[in-house]
Amino acid sequence: MWNDYELAKMVAGGVPFPMLSDGGGKLGMAYGVYDEEAGVENRGRFIIDPDGVIQAYEVLTPPVGRLVAENLRQIQAFQHVRATEGAEATPSGWRPGKITLKPGPDLVGKVWEVWKPSMEKD
Amino acid sequence: MAEKAKVGCARPTGGLVGQSKETMEEKQGAQPSQEVKKMIQVGRPAPDFVAPAYHRGEFTSVKLSDYLGKWVVLCFYPGDFTFV
Repeated sequence: MWNDYELAKMVAGGVPFPMLSDGGGKLGMAYGVYDEEAGVENRGRFIIDPDGVIQAYEVLTPPVGRLVAENLRQIQAFQHVRATEGAEATPSGWRPGKITLKPGPDLVGKVWEVWKPSMEKD
Repeated sequence: MAEKAKVGCARPTGGLVGQSKETMEEKQGAQPSQEVKKMIQVGRPAPDFVAPAYHRGEFTSVKLSDYLGKWVVLCFYPGDFTFV
């Protein structure tokens, strides 16, 4: 119903990913997003890496929506960090192509020199 | 990866992998208030589960661990016809 009448109008070809059902909220409870009193899931979003490890999550109460672009930005950042096997870290607001930090003794106390708050907005 | 499910009015519910209905009921019966909820933590494995799903016009089943080797975004939302 939802797919046929609303989502299908927003996404050509229908929703490309599986839509799961969590009747009873068992999954939501395991992930800490199920509101038992209200009987609904909160807006929870989890980024899980190829090893099955949770790298990030965000949970909001129902009235406020998320920012999909921020979700994608985080995935790109986690993928970059993983590709460098942890040799690089991505500072606030990082996007592909921007400078990364190389954690190590040389960087201690010097993050302010290489990364400025204004760079978050560039 | 995902097996196709039969279409019917009664839908199976999902659950955590390694936790059968019986063991869950036993636990609840024995110590209803003692159960401590496990907290989700970044850097720790995501709880594995199996859940009924709808994908490209078919009812199927999704198991999280089938996606090992891929990045996964798991998204919960309170109701259909709402925003994300």
